[in-house]
Formats: sequence, C-alpha cells, structure tokens
Amino acid sequence: MLTLRSALKETRGLAAALLTGTALLAPGALSAQEDETTITAVMHSGLRVLDPVITTAHITRNHGYMIYDVLTAVDSEFNPQPQMASWEMSEDGLTYTFTLRDGLMFHDGAPVTGADVVASLNRWGERDSGGQMIFDRTASLEAPDDKTIVWTLSEPFAPLLDVISKQSAVPPFIMPARVAETSSDETITEYVGSGPFVFNEEEYEPGVNVTYDKFEDYVPRDEPASWMAGGKVVNVDKVVWTTMPDALTALNALSAGEIDYLEQVQIDLMPILEGNPDVTVEKRDELGYVTIGRPNFLHPPFDNKLVRQAAMAALDQESMLATMQGNPEYYNVCGAIFGCSTPLGDESGSEMLTDGADPEAARALLEEAGYDGTPIVVMAPTDVVSLINQPVVAAQALREAGFEVDLQSMDWQSVVQRRAQQSAPGEGGWNLFFTNWMVPEISDPLINVMVNGRGDDAWFGWPTDPEIEELRSAFVAAENEASQKEIAVQIQEHVMDNVNYIMMGEYIIPQARRNTIQNMIPSPVPVFWNVTKEAE
Amino acid sequence: MFLYILKRVLATIPVMVIVAIFVFLLLRLTPGDPAAILAGDAATPAQLERIRDRLGLNDPLITQFFTWMGQLLRGDLGTSLLSNTSVSGMLADRLGPTINIAVMTIVISVALAVPMGVIAAWRHRTWVDFLVMSFSVLGFSVPVFVIGYILIQIFAIELRWVPVQGYADPSAGFGAFFSRAILPSLTLATIYIALIARMTRASMLEVLGEDYIRTARAKGVRENVVLFRHALRNAAVPILTIIGTGFALLISGVVVTESVFNIPGIGRLTVDAILARDYPVIQAMILLTAGIYVFVNLIVDVSYSFFDPRIRY
Amino acid sequence: MTEIPTSRHSAFQVLTGLFSLPVGARIGVGPMIAAVILVAIVLASIFAPWYVPYDPLAMDAMSRLKPPSEAHLLGTDPYGRDTFSRVMTGGRVSLLIGVGAAVVSVAVGLMIGLVAGFFRAADGVIMRIMDSLMAIPAILLAIALVALNGPSLSSVIIAITVPEVPRVVRLVRSVVLSAREEPYVEAAIALGSSMPKILIQHLMPNTFAPLIVQGTYICASAILIEAILSFLGAGVSTEIPTWGNIMAEGRTYFQIKPGLIFWPGFLLSLCILAINLLGDTARDLLDPRMKKREG
Repeated sequence: MLTLRSALKETRGLAAALLTGTALLAPGALSAQEDETTITAVMHSGLRVLDPVITTAHITRNHGYMIYDVLTAVDSEFNPQPQMASWEMSEDGLTYTFTLRDGLMFHDGAPVTGADVVASLNRWGERDSGGQMIFDRTASLEAPDDKTIVWTLSEPFAPLLDVISKQSAVPPFIMPARVAETSSDETITEYVGSGPFVFNEEEYEPGVNVTYDKFEDYVPRDEPASWMAGGKVVNVDKVVWTTMPDALTALNALSAGEIDYLEQVQIDLMPILEGNPDVTVEKRDELGYVTIGRPNFLHPPFDNKLVRQAAMAALDQESMLATMQGNPEYYNVCGAIFGCSTPLGDESGSEMLTDGADPEAARALLEEAGYDGTPIVVMAPTDVVSLINQPVVAAQALREAGFEVDLQSMDWQSVVQRRAQQSAPGEGGWNLFFTNWMVPEISDPLINVMVNGRGDDAWFGWPTDPEIEELRSAFVAAENEASQKEIAVQIQEHVMDNVNYIMMGEYIIPQARRNTIQNMIPSPVPVFWNVTKEAE
Repeated sequence: MFLYILKRVLATIPVMVIVAIFVFLLLRLTPGDPAAILAGDAATPAQLERIRDRLGLNDPLITQFFTWMGQLLRGDLGTSLLSNTSVSGMLADRLGPTINIAVMTIVISVALAVPMGVIAAWRHRTWVDFLVMSFSVLGFSVPVFVIGYILIQIFAIELRWVPVQGYADPSAGFGAFFSRAILPSLTLATIYIALIARMTRASMLEVLGEDYIRTARAKGVRENVVLFRHALRNAAVPILTIIGTGFALLISGVVVTESVFNIPGIGRLTVDAILARDYPVIQAMILLTAGIYVFVNLIVDVSYSFFDPRIRY
Repeated sequence: MTEIPTSRHSAFQVLTGLFSLPVGARIGVGPMIAAVILVAIVLASIFAPWYVPYDPLAMDAMSRLKPPSEAHLLGTDPYGRDTFSRVMTGGRVSLLIGVGAAVVSVAVGLMIGLVAGFFRAADGVIMRIMDSLMAIPAILLAIALVALNGPSLSSVIIAITVPEVPRVVRLVRSVVLSAREEPYVEAAIALGSSMPKILIQHLMPNTFAPLIVQGTYICASAILIEAILSFLGAGVSTEIPTWGNIMAEGRTYFQIKPGLIFWPGFLLSLCILAINLLGDTARDLLDPRMKKREG
C-alpha cells in the first residue's frame, strides 16, 4: 500500500513536471492539457429537494441560485438591482414594466421569454408570503411580447421590487413555462434553468452529492458581482457539493486537501485549522444568523403576557450565544428584532435581553402573573447541530427563575411536526421552541413571519395581535423610508413588550477554504461564480 | 438438497411479509410529517394539507399499505417523497459502497480471526490463548465510532498513509478503492474478528478432543495439516453460523462507520431517511436489509453440507 | 454434533457455544479482578450524587471546554459543565439502561419462549414473528422506535430491548423443547398437572442458567448500543447524562479535547469487559457440557 501510494505520488510529480515543461514550451497548450477545474465544497446540509419554490430550505434555495436566474436581485446595500431584467415604474406606482436583457437562454437552448417569466412568477406567488401580498394587489401580470413583462397593480405596493429581489424565504426563480406550470403543491421533475451552472442529473445522489457544470452559454452582466446582483462570471468547469455528516471528518478532509471548501466551520474546532498554512478561515458575510425562541400564545402559561415577559427576563443572550459559539468574535449580543446591521434594525426596549439574565425580575413577574408551576414544554432537537444548545441553556435559565421546565428531546422532524399542533402541551402540543434564521429573512416586517399577528393564520405560536397587524399595514402603506423606519421601531417596541418572540442574538458561522480558492464574494448565500481555483 | 433449498426459500416469505407489515405500521405510528419536511419552515397549514393530499398521505392506512404492496409485487420500490427520485435508483447508487466494504470486512475478519482462533485453541491455556481472547473481548467493548476516530487519527492524520474520508468505486482503480476502504473495513472488522475468533477457538477445542484427531496425530500427520485440514473442517459449521448471524451486527456497524468515514452507503441513507420520515425509502431499505440477512443465513445453512458430510438434506 | 443443525438449532449453538473461558477453568484471577472492577464502578456510580463536586447539569457559558484543573478534575464540556461529575453520574444511567434492558428482555423473552416451547399451536406464529424481528437490523429498528416514542430513558430501554427479545425467546424455547422430553415433565403432564404449574415448576428452572449468562451479555451490549444511538442523534437527552451521550457530545472535540471521549469510553469499555468476563465465567460454571470438556 505504501509503495503504491509513493508510486502514485511519483507519477503525479512526473505529470506535473511534464506539464510545466510543456507550459514553458507552449504556453497556449496548457489549458487544453490541464484537467478540468473542479471545486469540491462541503455544504451545511444534503440537497434532497430540488424544487426551490416548494420549500424554504436554505440548501435548496442555494441550489436555486446555482442553476436559475432571477429578474432582479438585492446588492450588498439591500438595494434591488437589475439581473435578468431592467424595470420602469409608472408615476402612480401601479404599473411595473420589466424588459429582459439580451442573450438569456435556458440550459436546453431555448431562449427565456416573457411567458416563462409570467408562469414562474405565478407559481412563486402561490408559495411565498411576500409574493402573496403582491398578488393580492395584482390586476394583471402579462407578457405582451417575448422581452416584456407588465405587472399592473390595483393599489400601490411600494416594497414590490424589494420582495421580488429578496433572497428568502423563496426567491422568484425563473423556469421554463412548461416546468412552472407544475402545481405549486407538487415538486417539479425537470431541472432546467437559465443560471450560470447546469444541474448534472446523471451524477446527482440525493442527500450526498450534487454536481454543477459551467453553463458555457451564460451571458453575465457587466457590473461586478455584489450579493445576488451583478455579473455572475464562472471561472471553473465544475462545482461538486457534498455532505459530510461528521463535522470533524469534514475539517480533516479540508486540512488534507481532499476538499476545497467548507461552508460552515464549528467555532470550537477552529484551532485545528489554525496551524495549517494552506487553509483560510473567514467570515463570508457580516450579517449572519439570528437565533430566537418562540412561545405558544394559545396555552397557559404563555398566553399571559407577564409570563412571556418573565421568560424574556430569565434568559440571557450572552450565555446562550457563548455556549453556541464559544468565541465572542463570532456572536453579537443584539436586541433588534430586525437584526442589528440592517436598515430597519433598532434595539429599543431590549435591555432585558442584552443586559444579562435577571431571575429576580422574572420571579416578580411570575408572582404578579400568578404562575401556578405548570411545567412548560420546551422542545429540544437532538439531531440538528445548530439547534441543540439553545433549549438546554434556556431550560436551565428558566428553572433558575422559578419556571417548571419539561425539556423534551426529539429529532428535528418531530419538532417540525409537533410545533404545528395547536393542542394543549399535555396533549401533544408545546410551550416554547427555538429556531434560527438568516438575518435577511427577518430584516423587515413583511419578510419576518414571526411578527405576523393573525391568530390561526400566523406562524407557529399563533399570536392574535391586532396592534401589530395595524403596524404592518401602516408599514406597507408608508410612502418613504423614513416613515417605514419609524413604524419598524414601533414594531420593535411592541414586540419587546408583548414578546411575540424572544430575540436571542446574532451569530456568524465562518467558512473555510483551501488557499487555492480565491475571489469568493461576500454574501449570505455561498456563491460559486467569480470564484477562481489555482493549481495546488 | 434442491427440495430443502426450496423449502427454506418458501419459509422466508412469511418472514418478509411480517417485516413489511411491521415496518409499515411502525412508520405510520411515528410522529413526523414528510410534507412539513418537504415544505420547510414557513409553510402554512393549508399548503401542508394540499401537499399531503398530493403525496397520498391522507389516504386511509389500509389503502396506502395495499398501494405499496401492489407496487412491490410489480417490482416497483416507489419514489422518495423528498427528492422525487426512484428508490430503486437511489438503492443502485448506494448499495455498491456498502456491499464492497462489507465484503472487504468479512475477508479481513475471516483471514485474521480463523487463524487466531485455531492458534488459541492449539496453544490452549498459554499466553497466546490469553492474548487472543483478551483482544476478542476488547473488540466487543469499545464503541465502533471510537475505533474509527482512533484509526483516522493514526493512519490518516498522523501518518498520512490514507485519505481521511470518502469512497471510490473499485472501477476507479483498486488503489483508490483500497486506500479509502481499508480504515472503515478495519473499524468494522474489530467486532467481527472478536466474534469469529471466539467461535473458532471454542469449536476447535471441541474437535481437538475427538478421537480421530488423536489418531491422526499418532499416525504422524503434520500438525498444521491436523489443525487446518482435519480439525478446522470439522469445526467449520458453528464458525459459518456466526458469520451469518454476525451479519446483522455488521449492518449495525455500517450505519456508524458510514457517518464517520463519509461513505455514501445504504446505512447512512436509511438513517437520514428515518430522520426525514421518507417512508418509501425507509420501507425499501429495511425490507432489503432484512432480505439480505435472510439470504446470507440461507447460504450459510446450505453450505453446512459442504463442510460437514454428516449433514444431508 | 450428531443432530442436524437446522438454522434454529445452530442459533442455539451460537448462543451457548460462543463464549468459552479465556483462561483457566474455574474462577481464576481474571474474573476475580473483573468482579472487583465491576463492583467498584457500580458503587462509584450509585453513590455519585453524594460525592461529585458539581451538579452535572449546572452550566457556565464562560468556562466551556476547560482543561483539567483543581476546580474541574477532568475539565468541562461544551456547556461548561463539570466532566467528572457528568461521567460519574452518567455511569449510573448507563448501568441502569444496561440492567434495565437485560431484565426486560429476559423477562419478556422468558414468557414468550415458554409459551412457544410448550404450546405447539402458538409456536409457528411466534417464531415467524421472532424471525422477522431478528431480520431487521437492530440499530435501525432501535432508531425507529426512539423516533416513535421520543428519546426518553424508558423508550431507549424499549428500543434496545425489542431487537434482543427474539434471541432470548429462541434460547428459552430450545431449552423448553428439550426439557419437555424429560421423564419427570412427561410424568407431570400424564398426572394432569395444570399448565401453569408445569411451565413454572418444571420447565422454567431449566432456563435460569442460560438466561443469567444471556442477561449479562445483553446488559453489556445495551450499554454499547446506547452509546451508538446517542452517536446517531437518537439517544437520551443531554439533561440525563450517560456515558454514551457524553461521548457523542464530545466526539466533535476528539482532536482538541480527547478527554470528553476518553474517560466515559474508558469506564464504559472497562465495565463491558468486566461484565463479559463474568458472563463467560458464569457460563462455564453453569454449563455442564463445558465442565466435562474442560475436565
């Protein structure tokens, strides 16, 4: 075995020598003789669902950005920019006219037409909550010719461009009309996009490997890439996403040069990579994630505002974040429900969360509320690494403040199923669970599902909160950014008082790459355009 | 002989039917909702209900069961609820790695454990015996993932002899396959070696006390011939049996080693499917592993007559 | 070896013939040491709550993953909990799972096995069901069962028990089958003793010796399986420390803080080693066939 490997090594050395020799003689011949460049990337999760409209799973959304393109996209300043299309808005704000740029083509060779766009937007509008708001106000959405799409509204909807340019939960990816005509309750079965990469169906192994080939006919925009906007210039032949169930194995594989890129590095394990001169650990974007706790408004004790406030007083961002992340460089104590570094972010009224736990205040609130010691059911997932710590830390802190806590362990799928149950906690329901969002997913009152106050139609936890609904309507009707911001602050203050959810702070998960991987753009979604790979 | 095999094959049918019913009911009783997994975090109850309808999850259980049975009889394993790909296709992709590593494990185990057991029996109550038996008890006592981590640390990280993780098909070159498969196979083999070595030793001890061995030795037959030709052949039946029943143990170990070494095999596929409630995949995988188990034990039973001429069917 | 080894019979051979004495025939030095070690671990685990320095659940986010020190004998874990306190308390739960799984499997298996061995009518159906359960890989069955009931202590014990029961049933059944041919049992039947009386008075005692041996092996393997379930994310909650879930939580830190795996792993292996050795000894003492052979 040893001899075999050393033999292999020598062959490789010989091949390299031959290559460099050839390169010196005939520089032009080099590229033809070199192997294809392939980036092997270990992603945070396996890709199983290939329909980016039916699911909100991040890995599927990221897959969507690889093979599909979007009409418009936000840049790193949160401003919508043209991507497939430029737009014009009528003076009354009721008509948006989109014009497709030249050279857009699907992977099967067909040109992208207005009809494809209309079909895709329609399917998306049935799934995405922001999309539903636009379609609630839509008079007509038509494609008068192959290059033009006209969207006519019945009343002005100022955030329209923000909504169709956003990255979450579901971006409006453009598919061929025949695919987009699939019912939005059924997964699509044909994976043809017009994005910079082509999905390699042959080499796809659900949950394990997915291969993307460069789309040779993709015409990138001229602007530099910025988040999902700008030119998507592909500099490699292939990108392979793979999954590794064991974090340590993935790290060792990166160290040994078996993979090129690791989307998420556990902070505690960073010391292992630190001594390695061939690997860089870095933050991909500064926004990162938030972690939150959601109480159930339907059942005691969290149907009582005072008890919810007691829970908020009992919890402490710093100790939860420190347990999750370890290193203060990668978390941020932040009381802003829309995120601390977003345009609408504001920390008003959040001292209770950011200034450490206050068990005494919590006890006083519990006393005032007449809490009778009914145990609160906290759901604790056992198999999703990023969600394991929060319930355990919270349970301990709540107990210290006088709560009776029934911490129930279960796999994530059981959490997903159980959190949808409206029955009492003793009969298959629950009182509190934790989850994480990417900051752009909670950054305004339209996108953030946790500030929806429509009772049974609201997100799990089902608050009936007419006040917040009024504030949200006012936000939609607001005419300029200043008044939007003003309303956002009012929502912040309301949430801090009513405890619609408990903001537990922001954190960032760094990525790691071999130093051969260069020019990756900062972005909440890991993107593989612009990236270059040098020979080792 | 033929009649015996036929009888044994027919006897497996009720077993497989019970496995099928059991697995089906177990899964439907387990909390979880594939539709919710499919739709992700922000889906509304109405959307989930429509997806459940489409997937046939709202049909009565008995209808779902017979639909599945009907599919099975037509040789159709169904479609994954999540990835929408055919289960038989996923199986074809994932079965190879598991089988190849299992075979390598069995080869390594038998090659090491049988001589170990024979020598331990031959040098009964000496330090050799003690050493072999200590190793085999130890093999039972250390969790399989710990063995995996230790082997990775030594051979992949410190010595850099082999890659840390991954799998390559033998068709990509035997070297590539071997260098990646050797650590997981060794990890799995520890339990198996322990099991087989113990059994070999016990069985050999019994045979070595028999009269015909004494006769052979008295006639001056060379010791290694006595041991490996006369004694081992007669001691083979229980050893074969343990290889068969130990196969179940091997499948359990596979689930763990595939995670540690990142091998895209059926063990990981099944665990992932259970955690995601992908019913058709779980059902197919459990039926398949049960089928393999039954099949391996059938082969073992039939092979008895080859090793022990006293057995006739 | 004169009987035809059908698969059922051979399974019995496997169970009884598998474990033979490592060194020496009677209780030698090895088993004595094993017994001492096991008693020490059991006592240390039972009395853990009275001597461990910290509450095994008390967290301190500011002192995570600390190396061993005077304050924390074995350092701290990712939640800043004291590893020494957790490992010692964890032994309690792991042993409880081991003993619990052994007792439940043996009790349930004994009842089913007696029925299967004695009542010919029930035998076929029971054994087909047992064959089916054995054909499903134990670990997959256990994961599914934990998913069904949620990972509480009792459901983990059940999940480990279900795949073990068929093995016990087969063992009991084969003992009963041979015992019922004995003259005294036939006499009891002829004299019209009641069924329960025959089962309990005459047949059950025959099963005790092999069941004690089998029980020790189940106990050892249950402790191991618990560790594997934790590793796969289907173990008991971290609020109930076990050797298994301490190791599972520590596995990502294997390279930076090996103690998190080493100490629980060391105690777990030592414990299983001792139980297996004692099981072997018990088997040799209780199995007359073995005694004869060893002379």
